[in-house]
Amino acid sequence: MKKFFAQSYLWLLLALLYAPIIIIAIFSFTEAKVLGNWTGFSTNLYTSLFSGGVRHNLLDAIENTFTIALIAAAVSTILGSIAAIGIHNMRGKRRQAITFLNNIPMLNPDIITGISLFLLFVSLSITQGYTTVVLAHIAFCTPYVVLSVMPRLQQMNPNIYEAALDLGATPFQALRKVIIPEIRPGMISGFILAFTLSIDDFAVTIFTIGNQGLETLSTFIYADARKGGLTPELRPLSTIIFVTVLLLLIIINVRARRAARKQENI
Amino acid sequence: MVTKNDTIIKIEHLSKAFGDKVVLDDINLDIRRGEFITLLGPSGCGKTTLLRMIAGFLKPDSGVIMMEGNDISEVPPHRRPLNTVFQRYALFPHLNVYDNIAFGLKLNKVPTAEIETRVRKALKMVSMTDYEDRDVNSLSGGQQQRVAIARAIVNRPKVLLLDEPLAALDLKMRKDMQMELKQMHQELGITFIYVTHDQEEALTLSDTVVVMSDGKIQQIGTPIDIYNEPVNSFVADFIGESNILNGTMIHDREVEFIGHTFECVDEGFGDNAPVDVVIRPEDIYIIANAENAKFTGVVKSCIFKGVHYEMFVETDKGYELMLQDYNAFEVESTVGMFIKPSDIHVMHKERTCNTFEGKMISPNKVEIMGAEFECCDCGLKEGDNIYAAINFDRVELLDNKEDGIVMGEVVFILYKGNHYHITVLTDDGDKIYVDTNDIWDKGDIVGVSIAPSDLHITKRV
Repeated sequence: MKKFFAQSYLWLLLALLYAPIIIIAIFSFTEAKVLGNWTGFSTNLYTSLFSGGVRHNLLDAIENTFTIALIAAAVSTILGSIAAIGIHNMRGKRRQAITFLNNIPMLNPDIITGISLFLLFVSLSITQGYTTVVLAHIAFCTPYVVLSVMPRLQQMNPNIYEAALDLGATPFQALRKVIIPEIRPGMISGFILAFTLSIDDFAVTIFTIGNQGLETLSTFIYADARKGGLTPELRPLSTIIFVTVLLLLIIINVRARRAARKQENI
Repeated sequence: MVTKNDTIIKIEHLSKAFGDKVVLDDINLDIRRGEFITLLGPSGCGKTTLLRMIAGFLKPDSGVIMMEGNDISEVPPHRRPLNTVFQRYALFPHLNVYDNIAFGLKLNKVPTAEIETRVRKALKMVSMTDYEDRDVNSLSGGQQQRVAIARAIVNRPKVLLLDEPLAALDLKMRKDMQMELKQMHQELGITFIYVTHDQEEALTLSDTVVVMSDGKIQQIGTPIDIYNEPVNSFVADFIGESNILNGTMIHDREVEFIGHTFECVDEGFGDNAPVDVVIRPEDIYIIANAENAKFTGVVKSCIFKGVHYEMFVETDKGYELMLQDYNAFEVESTVGMFIKPSDIHVMHKERTCNTFEGKMISPNKVEIMGAEFECCDCGLKEGDNIYAAINFDRVELLDNKEDGIVMGEVVFILYKGNHYHITVLTDDGDKIYVDTNDIWDKGDIVGVSIAPSDLHITKRV
């Protein structure tokens, strides 16, 4: 009996958490303009999403979102990995201080990050637009990459870099042939994390996107919702994004578990 | 194999400090082509730092490292014609055995066919044939070490550096690998520079042993020289078991210690000179009949050690000696002992009392070791530079470190038959030597106090 209640509690909690997204997913397969009306099964919203049946700026927003996420994730992976290697080679107090500084942006509310970046760009009189959004996303993604690369460096035998130099590798060759293969799993996890964080972001984006008409998905949906009534095509879109993120998360977890198992075998 | 005077590496006046701590202090060393040389010392003596400097991972603060006549001090590690075997193997985990060993050859653009034959030859040399495709993480410690050795020798370095390569292996495996390393050295004919803290390993493997302590070279010599003719009490104590005793050289070929006078073979110390005497435990002959013996004693303990028995004997004059014999003698029995003149090794004393430079801060106060000590009025005035001398047995060590005038750590303990000779390193980095009957442990933090009447002050000009 006790077990039954414990189980039901868990399922109830999960149902509450996932109900909204499941409802959207279900209603993405019907054509009704208003969410909640079921007018029969149809995949028309999916077709119209991709065949230009929607307003042109939704497709632009989708494209912007994904290109920004790709660029931000790629750049922050490079910056974050380099930073992690640097921090790893520091000693004592300095290392503690830098690690602490790296953690602050992650704990800082997004809205603060957004406002401060907005003020920074304004004070440097940089026109806000695509570039500023990319820069802002790189800024808040990089600490997460550092965090996912650091454990790999800590597990690494400290002598292998020296061993590579000893065998005739230049410092750059040693980095490429020895250090990077060792930290690659951390870099990939960091990249995926940065990518999903960037797609997801609203608070930082809205402050750095400027007023030149640039839209990402999150700002588009926000504007759309405020105009009253969501474009019906947002339902299949949300579903697709949800499934994509879910898949990415599953990949991250499976990789982490596999790495842990490999570690145990050693 | 070893040719005289063919120096491959010449180290001159090499020094290195990490912050305030001097880890290498004016090291001078010549390494001959083809020799097996071992840097031996306790942990923290600077041996690994010296090796890492030869490899190029550390830059010296001053001094030069010459290889075949060229200064290589500023050459980065990847351009030095030497290879290293690391203590924790440092194999590349993402590569298999073959690719680990081929790593250096591929970087040097050696043709693929040649890489293959050389890797196979190297694997054969370390008895790891047919392991090419194995994942290095699946190998045992000993196998990983073999791969690490193969990865280094496959590049045909002129010098092979080995940083405690066997430290992580169990005893049996270590003994086997020692023999293999020795054989490998003979087959390859290249110079081996080997770092270890294991004196037995050093004596077994080396052509030359370099004993280090506190960032300084204490002695360089063949294993036999190091064992039989240690230059100071540190080396005598560190290498093998030994009885180290205070003695007096009465005149050439006659020395007094443990209350008896012995004939010896040493000369040139001067008459009535204080010396340290080293007697190896196996060099004291023990007989049941005490009557005709040189000196007598009572057996205090007798422990079976496999090949021999190890006994502690208290002599007729109250000194404790360690000795080894194939026969066991009953505890509490009286025995007679002899020592052959050639087995008595006499060393110069490094010091006979503590001496510090300092200055007077008032007629009866003196500043030495960064602290104020009271002293007897000896007619000197404030500001006079002085030498202060304190006999070893007049320094008082206190359990409660706050009670002392200065604080220090016990860093070295030497048993001298009837007392301990202790080295205390003060917080300011001064060393004070103490003779005491109290038992202290290495690492103890102690207070140091000196009675005013025990400070002998002389003016320094």
